[in-house]
Amino acid sequence: MRHMLSALKRRLITVVFAAVIVVIATPALVLAVDDPSEMLPDPKLEARAEHIGSQLRCLVCQNESIEDSSAGLARDLRRVVREHVAQGQSDGQIIEWMVSRYGNFIRLAPPLTLATLLLWGMAPLALLCGFVIAFVVRSRRVKIQVTPSPLTEEEKARLAELTKD
Amino acid sequence: MNDTHDAPPSSPLRRRLLMGVPLAGAAIVGVGFARMLSGMQKGSFDPHKINTPVINRPVPDFTLAAQPPGTGFSAQDLRTMTKPVLVNFFASWCIPCLAEMPVLMTIKKDIELWGIAYKDRPENAEGFLRHSGNPYTRIGSDREGRTGIDWGISGVPESFLVTPGGIIRWHTATPLAPDILQTTLLPLLAKLNSP
Repeated sequence: MRHMLSALKRRLITVVFAAVIVVIATPALVLAVDDPSEMLPDPKLEARAEHIGSQLRCLVCQNESIEDSSAGLARDLRRVVREHVAQGQSDGQIIEWMVSRYGNFIRLAPPLTLATLLLWGMAPLALLCGFVIAFVVRSRRVKIQVTPSPLTEEEKARLAELTKD
Repeated sequence: MNDTHDAPPSSPLRRRLLMGVPLAGAAIVGVGFARMLSGMQKGSFDPHKINTPVINRPVPDFTLAAQPPGTGFSAQDLRTMTKPVLVNFFASWCIPCLAEMPVLMTIKKDIELWGIAYKDRPENAEGFLRHSGNPYTRIGSDREGRTGIDWGISGVPESFLVTPGGIIRWHTATPLAPDILQTTLLPLLAKLNSP
């Protein structure tokens, strides 16, 4: 009887412990939408709003999107995004609305312009450089692989001597 | 045929070029980074700066309720002004705004100051101005922060120089300090008033 009780107790502790872990870990899994009332009732529209918001920089935290940030300005901008989504505006229109107020800096992925050409071009450029180097190294190695020169008279004589037996 | 197993001896020029190109590339990048770092120290380069695109644009449309002790104003009021106005966003919850107040009190003789209380309770903003002194001719209340977003502000305090006709000519997202006045704002005002 006593043994059974202690086993039950141990089990209870495990369950409580697991529950605590789940409660602690949950906030890490959700977005920073502080208040569920912020969300649009239509899950489809809400998903679109989240998609737009995740492309917009929070101007206070700067390396977070407005969906991830809990800064006051991010909350205000999230509300604007949701209002415009509910009004039936397109993704491009909403992002343009933000850019006209805050500049391209608000876009987490900067658009391809003359000023960002090097930024976007660097990765393909590095890949191209790698290919060129690989090609040059390879073609040189092929050139080095030459047929050995024929044996001289002296070497032939030595070979004959060694293989005589 | 007299080829050997050794690699063909490369010419010294080619060797130097092969070494030189990556070195030159690294040198250019190094100079670029050094200039960025020195600019960050001197304050001429700030990677966090938001290049507000409202410069040289007309003020956005808005109408603000009065924030006691001032009277509210709208975009139309700014457009019909015949002299420059410095529009200053502030809030009672903002410590740098409190630090900026003595500077605003000194420049109100040079330029008219219009205040916008950003995301602030009217009674709190009123108490703040009673405490720190009121440098503003007119004061509007942007309780929800919507007007602030239309002006492209990312925090408080921020100041915008609006010229007659309601065009935004200059902007700073930092508290106005005596050195900004001397190096930037006052020379700009002198230039605007001279022709």
